[in-house]
Amino acid sequence: MAKKIRVLIAKPGLDGHDRGAKVIARALRDAGMEVIYTGLRQTPEDIVEAAIQEDVDAIGLSCLSGAHMTLFPEVVKLLKRRKSGDIVVAGGGIIPEDDVPKLKKAGIKEVFGPGTPLAHIVDFFRKAAKGG
Amino acid sequence: MARPVRRLRRPRESLREYVDDLRHGDKRAAAKLISLIEDDEPEAAEAVGLIHPHTGRAHVVGFTGPPGVGKSSLINRLVRAFRTRGKRVGVVAVDPTSPFTGGAVLGDRIRMAETGTDPGVFIRSMATRGHAGGLALATFDAVRVLDAMGLDIIFVETVGAGQSEVEIATRAHTTVVVEMPMTGDVVQTMKAGILEIGDVYVVNKVDLGNADTLVANLKFQVLARDGWTPPVVRTSALEERGIADLVSVLEKHRSHLKSTGQLRRKEEARARQEILENARRLLADRVRSLSPLGKSFEALAAEVAARRLDPHTAASRLLKHAGRSAIRGAVRRRPRRARGARAS
Amino acid sequence: MAEAEDLKELERRHRRWESTALRESLDAVPERREEFVTTSSRPVARLYTPLDLARTPDAERLGNPGEFPFTRGIHPTMYRGRLWTMRMFAGYGSAEDTSRRFKYLIEHGETGLSVAFDMPTLYGYDTDESEAKGEFGTCGVAVSSLEDMKALFAGIDVGSISTSMTINGPAAAVWAMYLAMAEAKGVPWTKLRGTIQNDILKEYQAQKEWLFPPEPSMRLVVDTFEFGSKHVPQWNTISISGYHIREAGATAGQELAFTLANGLEYVRWGVDRGMRVDEFASRLSFFFNAHNDLFEEIAKYRAARRIWAREMRDTFGAKNPRSWLLRFHAQTAGVSLTAQQPEVNIVRTTIQALAAVLGGTQSLHTNAYDEAYQVPNEKAARIALRTQQILAHESGVANTVDPLGGSYYLEWLTDRLEEESYAYFDRIQELGGVIPAIRKGFFQQEIANSAYRYQREVEDRERIIVGVNDFVVDEEPEVEPLRVTEASLRAQVERLRRIRKDRDRRKWERALDRLRNACEGDENTMPHILDAVRASATLGEISGVMREVFGAWEEPLLY
Repeated sequence: MAKKIRVLIAKPGLDGHDRGAKVIARALRDAGMEVIYTGLRQTPEDIVEAAIQEDVDAIGLSCLSGAHMTLFPEVVKLLKRRKSGDIVVAGGGIIPEDDVPKLKKAGIKEVFGPGTPLAHIVDFFRKAAKGG
Repeated sequence: MARPVRRLRRPRESLREYVDDLRHGDKRAAAKLISLIEDDEPEAAEAVGLIHPHTGRAHVVGFTGPPGVGKSSLINRLVRAFRTRGKRVGVVAVDPTSPFTGGAVLGDRIRMAETGTDPGVFIRSMATRGHAGGLALATFDAVRVLDAMGLDIIFVETVGAGQSEVEIATRAHTTVVVEMPMTGDVVQTMKAGILEIGDVYVVNKVDLGNADTLVANLKFQVLARDGWTPPVVRTSALEERGIADLVSVLEKHRSHLKSTGQLRRKEEARARQEILENARRLLADRVRSLSPLGKSFEALAAEVAARRLDPHTAASRLLKHAGRSAIRGAVRRRPRRARGARAS
Repeated sequence: MAEAEDLKELERRHRRWESTALRESLDAVPERREEFVTTSSRPVARLYTPLDLARTPDAERLGNPGEFPFTRGIHPTMYRGRLWTMRMFAGYGSAEDTSRRFKYLIEHGETGLSVAFDMPTLYGYDTDESEAKGEFGTCGVAVSSLEDMKALFAGIDVGSISTSMTINGPAAAVWAMYLAMAEAKGVPWTKLRGTIQNDILKEYQAQKEWLFPPEPSMRLVVDTFEFGSKHVPQWNTISISGYHIREAGATAGQELAFTLANGLEYVRWGVDRGMRVDEFASRLSFFFNAHNDLFEEIAKYRAARRIWAREMRDTFGAKNPRSWLLRFHAQTAGVSLTAQQPEVNIVRTTIQALAAVLGGTQSLHTNAYDEAYQVPNEKAARIALRTQQILAHESGVANTVDPLGGSYYLEWLTDRLEEESYAYFDRIQELGGVIPAIRKGFFQQEIANSAYRYQREVEDRERIIVGVNDFVVDEEPEVEPLRVTEASLRAQVERLRRIRKDRDRRKWERALDRLRNACEGDENTMPHILDAVRASATLGEISGVMREVFGAWEEPLLY
C-alpha cells in the first residue's frame, strides 16, 4: 500500500481569509492525502510544533494580509532549529512578485500565487513527500 | 516507489537512539516512532518491542460518542485542567479516511489550539485508513509510544461511528461516553450497547438546555459493574462548566481500577486481545506470501472450493502446517549440536 | 403585463419560433455548451420572454423608484439627482501615510472616504503587541490610539465629507476614537456623516475577524445603534455586509439571503433592546459585492431592496418609509481579480462597477488592478477611480432610472433570487435562527461547499478565467510595489510609548475600570468607551478589557 502523505495547512498571523486554505485542504484530501488544518491565528511556533508532532511531509502556509515576509521565513527557521528542516514548506496568498525570490532564498520551496491550478499544488505536495 | 525521505533515514541501530530520546521526552522522536508503526515499516515490530517494556504508567482514557457532540472541545478543556494539575498529557485523535479517495482531513487538533506549544502536551491526529470502526489500527500503538514518553494521561478520541466504543472499551482503562441533549420533542435513542461499556457518561453542551431528561435516563439505565457505578457528569465545554467534576471522576476511576486489581485484569485482557490480533495478522501475512505456507494455503483453498474439504478442517490443517514450519524454522536456527551429545 | 389570451398567443408564437427558426439555427450552428450558467452556477435559459414573468402582477413586483417596494431604486430620480458616492477603500502603513492617500484621492475626485485598517487594528491589538508582529500596516492603516485617528484626519474637514470605516470586532472603540477626534476638531457630532461596518454576524460566517462570542458582540452593536440614534443622527452605525460572504465563496443567492437574514437579526436585537424600529432602522446600511455576472448582480440588488422593504414594513411594522429603504455601498469583487495579466483586471472592474450602477448603488468602491499583489499603488487606485467617473459622465447609464427594468431576463432573475432568499430564511428559521445556525456551522458549510464547487469548475475548465486557465501568456507581470517602511513602524511604536508615558495614569485607570464595570453590567458601553479614549487608553487596552469580560470565540470546524 502506498504510504500516506501527511500535510499541514496553516494560517499564520491574524489574517482570517481561509477560503483558499480550506479549498486546498479538501483538494489534498481528494487526492488521497491526510491533511491537518491548523485553523486561524497560528504563530510560527504553533505551526512548527504541530508539524513535528504530526510528523508531516510538508507544510502549506496561507497569508493574504501582507505579513508573509515576517511569518513564512520564521517557520523555516524554527523547523531547522528543531532538527526538522526536512519538512518542505510552501506558501500562498497575496504575495508580490518581488517577494517570491526572497521567500525562496529563506527556504520556502514554492510560492503559489492566486490562480494556481489545484492539480499543480497537489502534484507539488506529492513530489515533496517523496523528497523531490 | 522510493521510500519517503521523511522516514527514519538513519541506519537501523539508531532505532534504539530514537527510543532513548523518546524516553527523555523528545517529541520529534515520539512523532517519528508513531509514524513508523502507523506505516507498518519493517522496523515497526522491533520498535514496539523496544517501547513496550517502558509502558504501563499512563492512564488511558477513551472518548466515544456521536459526531458533533463536542468530544474535541471537551478534551481540550480536560487537557488544560490536567495541565494545571501538573500532569503531562497526550491526545490521539482519530478521524475517518474517505473510502473513495483514501484521504482525510484531520480536524481535531484545531480545537486544541491554545495548548499547541505547551511542552507538557502532545497531540497526534490519525486517520482510520480503512479500518472499520472508529479507530485506526495504530491508535493504541501511538498510545504506547506516548506512554513510554512519560505522559501521565492519554486521551483517545474516536470518530464515534461504527463499533468504536467496543474497540475503545477493550483497550482504554477508562471509557467515557459523551452525549448531548437533543432539542425538541425527539425521543433520544442511543446506540445499542453503549449503556454497557461506559465507565463515565458525560452530557455535554448543557448550555443549550434540555439536559435533565437525558441525564435522568442515563442515571436510570446505566448499571453498576465490578463495584463501579458509572457516574453521569454534566458539562459545557463551551462555558467551561463541569470540567473539574469530570477530572475528579476520571481520577477516581483510575484509583478504583488500581485498588480493586481491575487495572491488572484489564491489562491482561488487553494483552490477550493484542496477542490474538497480532497472531491473526501474522498468519494472514504469512499465507499471503510466496512461502511453503502460502502454497499450502492456496492448495487448501482449491480443495475447499471443489468441495473435497470443508473450511474448518482446512483451517486446522493450515495451523498445523504453520506450527510445523515454525518449528522447522526454529530448528534451523538452533546451532548444530555436536554429534553424540545428549539432548537435555 | 399580458392578459391570459395574450399569453396563450405568445406561447403559440414562441413554440412556432422554436420549431422553425430556432431549429434551423441549431442545426446549422449548435450552441457552444450544453448548459450556460451564471457565476453562481445558476442555469440560464436561451431566451426570456413575458411568459417567464407571468406569475406576479407588475405593480407588486416593480413599482416606481422611490416607492414601496423600491425594486427600481430608493429615490425617484436616482443619479439624475445625485451621483453615487465614489468612495475608495484606502489604507496602509501609518496614519500619516494613509492621510496622504486620502488627500490624493479627494484631489482626484472621490466624494467619500473609506478607511482600511491593518490586521492588528482589525483584531483590537496595538502595533506594539506581540500578535501584531509582522502585520503593521500591510493591508491597511494602523490605528492604536486617538492620536493616530487625529493624524489620519489631519487637514480633512470631517464635517463636510462622509467617512466609512471598515472595522468590526473593535468597531465601537474605533468609532469612539473618530467621535473624539471630531470633538477635538470642534465638529459637532450632529454634523458627522459616515458608516462603521460593525457587522459581527458576517465575521462568524465569513471574514473571521471576531473578537468575542456572538452575544456580547451583538450587545456592543446594539449599544452603537442606541448611541448613534441619540447623539450622532446622521451616522450609519452598521453596514450589513454580503461582500465578504461572497468573497469567501458564496453564490449570489447565498450572499443575498445571508446578508438579509443577518440584517433582520440585527433589527430583532434592536427591538429587543426596547427601541422602536423606526428609531434606528433608517441608519442601517448595507454592503454588497459587485461580481462578474452583470445581470445576476443587478437582479440581486433589486431583489434586496424589494425583500427588505417588505420585511421592514410588514414583518417589523416600521411606519416611517425611510425605515423601508435598503441603502447600500458596493465594492467590485476582489476575489475575481487575477495575478496573471493584471491590467486585464481593469476590464473586470469596469463590468462589475457597471453592474453596481445599473443596480442602483448609493456608494461604490472600484478595485485597483494590482489587488492580487498588494494594497494598491497610487496609479492603480487612480485608474480605478477614473473607471467610476467614466461610467458617471461618459457612458450614459446615469441618465435614467433603472434602465434595465422590464428586461425579461432581469425580472426573471430578480424573482428567482427573491425566492431563493425566502427558502434560505426558512432553513435558518428551522435551525433556530442566525446565531444557532452560526454555532452549527450552517453558513460556513454552505459557503465552503460553494467555494469548492466553483474551484472544481475552474479546475475542470467548465468555467474559464481569462489569463488563468485559458488565454494564458508566459509574461512577468509588471506591478510597481508598494512598501510599508521600517521608519513608519518605528514612529508608530514610539508614539505608543510616548502616549503611555505621558497620560494621566489615574484618570486612565479609572476610565478602564468604569469600562470594565459597564461591560459586566448592561448599561450602554459607548459613553465609557469614549471616556477611555479621552483618557488616552489605546485600542489594545480597551479591547483587552473587553476580552477579559466577554471571553474569546471558538469557531466550529467544517470544510
